[in-house]
Amino acid sequence: MIEKDIDEQIKWAKINADVLRSMENPRRAYWITFFICIAMMACAVTAEIYQYNTGMGVTNLNNPHMWDMYIASFVFWIGMSHSGTLLSAILHIIHADWRKPIYRFAEAMTTFSLMTAGFFPMIHLGRVWNLYWVLPYVSDRGAWPNFRSPLVWDAFAISTYLSASMLFLFIGMIPDLAICRDNARGWRRKLYTVLSLGWIGSDRQWRNFRKTYLLMACFLIPLAVSVHSIVSSDFAMSIMPGWHVTSFPPYFVAGALYSGCAAIITLFVMLRYYFRFEEYMTVAIMEKTAKLTFAIAMVWTYLNLIEFASTWYGHDIYAKELLIAKAVGPYSWIFWTMLFCGMVVPFALAVEKFRRHMPTMFVVSLLLNLSMYFERWMIVAPTLSMSHDPHQWDIMWPSIVQWAIVFGSFGWFGLLFLVFVKVFPSVSMYEVKEMVFHRRRLINEDAAKVYSRRARDRKDATGEPELEGA
Amino acid sequence: MSLQNIMENWSNYRRGAEEGGHHKYEHRWGMAINLDLCIGCNACSTACYAENNLAVVGKSRFAKGQAMHWLRVERYWDESQNKSSSVTPDYPEEGASFLPMMCQQCNSATCEPVCPVAATYHTPDGLNAQVYNRCIGSRYCSNNCPYRNRYFNFFSYYESSWPEPLNLQLNPDLTVRDKGVMEKCTFCVQRIRAAKDKAKMADRKVQDGEFTTACAQACPTGAIVFGDRLDETSKVAKLWQQHEVKLGVYKQHKQNPEKRGYRIFEELNVDPSVMYLERVRDTGI
Repeated sequence: MIEKDIDEQIKWAKINADVLRSMENPRRAYWITFFICIAMMACAVTAEIYQYNTGMGVTNLNNPHMWDMYIASFVFWIGMSHSGTLLSAILHIIHADWRKPIYRFAEAMTTFSLMTAGFFPMIHLGRVWNLYWVLPYVSDRGAWPNFRSPLVWDAFAISTYLSASMLFLFIGMIPDLAICRDNARGWRRKLYTVLSLGWIGSDRQWRNFRKTYLLMACFLIPLAVSVHSIVSSDFAMSIMPGWHVTSFPPYFVAGALYSGCAAIITLFVMLRYYFRFEEYMTVAIMEKTAKLTFAIAMVWTYLNLIEFASTWYGHDIYAKELLIAKAVGPYSWIFWTMLFCGMVVPFALAVEKFRRHMPTMFVVSLLLNLSMYFERWMIVAPTLSMSHDPHQWDIMWPSIVQWAIVFGSFGWFGLLFLVFVKVFPSVSMYEVKEMVFHRRRLINEDAAKVYSRRARDRKDATGEPELEGA
Repeated sequence: MSLQNIMENWSNYRRGAEEGGHHKYEHRWGMAINLDLCIGCNACSTACYAENNLAVVGKSRFAKGQAMHWLRVERYWDESQNKSSSVTPDYPEEGASFLPMMCQQCNSATCEPVCPVAATYHTPDGLNAQVYNRCIGSRYCSNNCPYRNRYFNFFSYYESSWPEPLNLQLNPDLTVRDKGVMEKCTFCVQRIRAAKDKAKMADRKVQDGEFTTACAQACPTGAIVFGDRLDETSKVAKLWQQHEVKLGVYKQHKQNPEKRGYRIFEELNVDPSVMYLERVRDTGI
């Protein structure tokens, strides 16, 4: 079915009004979610205070299991951040303009999931108060971090990625902030006045803005790939069976994009409902997002299978034994759930009927992310439970403290995200206008058929755009 | 690992353990453990608790795997030949093998490169040192240790492990570690330190047998031999030579395959400093 990504007859004033309205009066479900998030966060704060005062032992961690859910969650949240960059930077560069109504919240998701991920290495540290020692600051003792350690690379990679993606989010928002400034009153007006940096929409400003945005996009793409490769080297650089895997960097990046895309679908459905964005976050765009997710799911599936194959046909006896233990050992139900939800469930995305049904997509996307969480956990825990020395084999299940903190991290992420979408425009107004502007040139039916699939300017299109308001 | 150190020693750092590494060793402390002599009495482990202020964590935490025994005696059972019903598979009565397992002080230790703050590093004595004050508790070292010989202070044990007046029994030569710090066998570095200082005062070299580690001292059968591998005349160096075990290789090429010496997981190229002498069985079990 050929369908328009967006109704090109939509008036620009309506776009402004709709998006600005979303910042004022969301549905009640928004507030319910908001308070649920605060409650979840309270669980985590309580658990963390307890753990901080008592010691790491309350998490049930023990000698072989030095890492567990905290590290799995860390990898999970870092992974989640990747699709924001995919949508906002990669799709920007390849001129896929259907991204425009949804990239803003995806980019916000990037920033906030990084901010969530950043907590986990801190929470899991034995002496978190000495965290800054991993940074190369000037110390009177001349002590430096150990630059050979992947954990130090993590610190650099994540802080770089976080600052770059925050900057990218902010830069892309400047024209919209100016619109908000012109329509707001009270504290909001003051805030937007500062943040819009005196944007008046002059030609010169637009030119500089385009260049900066493109530059940031180009800067961010290699960064996104390198960040998760570095996270994967936390495992791949070790000598442990199941961790010491050469294919981990691409595997992690694929998994990251996968879970990120699934999260975009989840948030897509939620925002569409909360803020009545049915006209912008259309079913057609959902379909495209779902197809993208499906493609990435297949890449991930492939990489997953070759990882098993290379272990199976390899001569690393420890790794092979571990692989068998994953499939039939005490953690096997997690392993099989992960494979089912990660490899079989995505085929729902290949069915058009499912792709067009929002509640189904919501459930499917949550299942995909469940699989991705399990995947990270299956990387971390079974290796530790069954490493080289059989005397130290052990089965460990995380305690309530770990659960509470991981649970609360979702609350923290949700809280940040919900505050963001209330304070800042979660749909990019100026880019939706651009999209509408280009689509208006294709008013005739034949062209629309082409352009609903391939977003590209056509010089000989009939029907000049209407230049109302700017 | 200061910048100056990196700049000056860059080419040395690129040499692997096979080429002797980048260290100019003063000593290379090592061990030889004769499993034929080991009776599994755990005296070594107990001595280690006393010498190194190891926390006694209590039953429930021990069961959780949070124990702090730097030296553990691993028990392994062969497949039991005895089919009688009195022998349960969990507690076989015969055929136990014991393996005293402590930090192997690897010369290319996997724990060292992964520590983000360089809290663990290699000393010119050939020891794998752990700087408690520098440790931030990321626990990566323990994850990357194939022997799983690094123990983490999951709790603060001072009050529970040494209630008054037991705190008076603490060894004053070393610290009591607080929660959040990784620790492991040091080859009784405080004894090494003391012996070296004494030798320096007398203007001589440390002599073999002048001191030994707590575990070796406590072993009733003398299964554990400790000494300097660089000192050709030392007992441990002779044992290594006799059993044709070499440092700096990941596979021993023995002239005589009957020699019992081996190093655990040496195929991982971690180059451990502890040699074990295989147990010889005289029965079918």
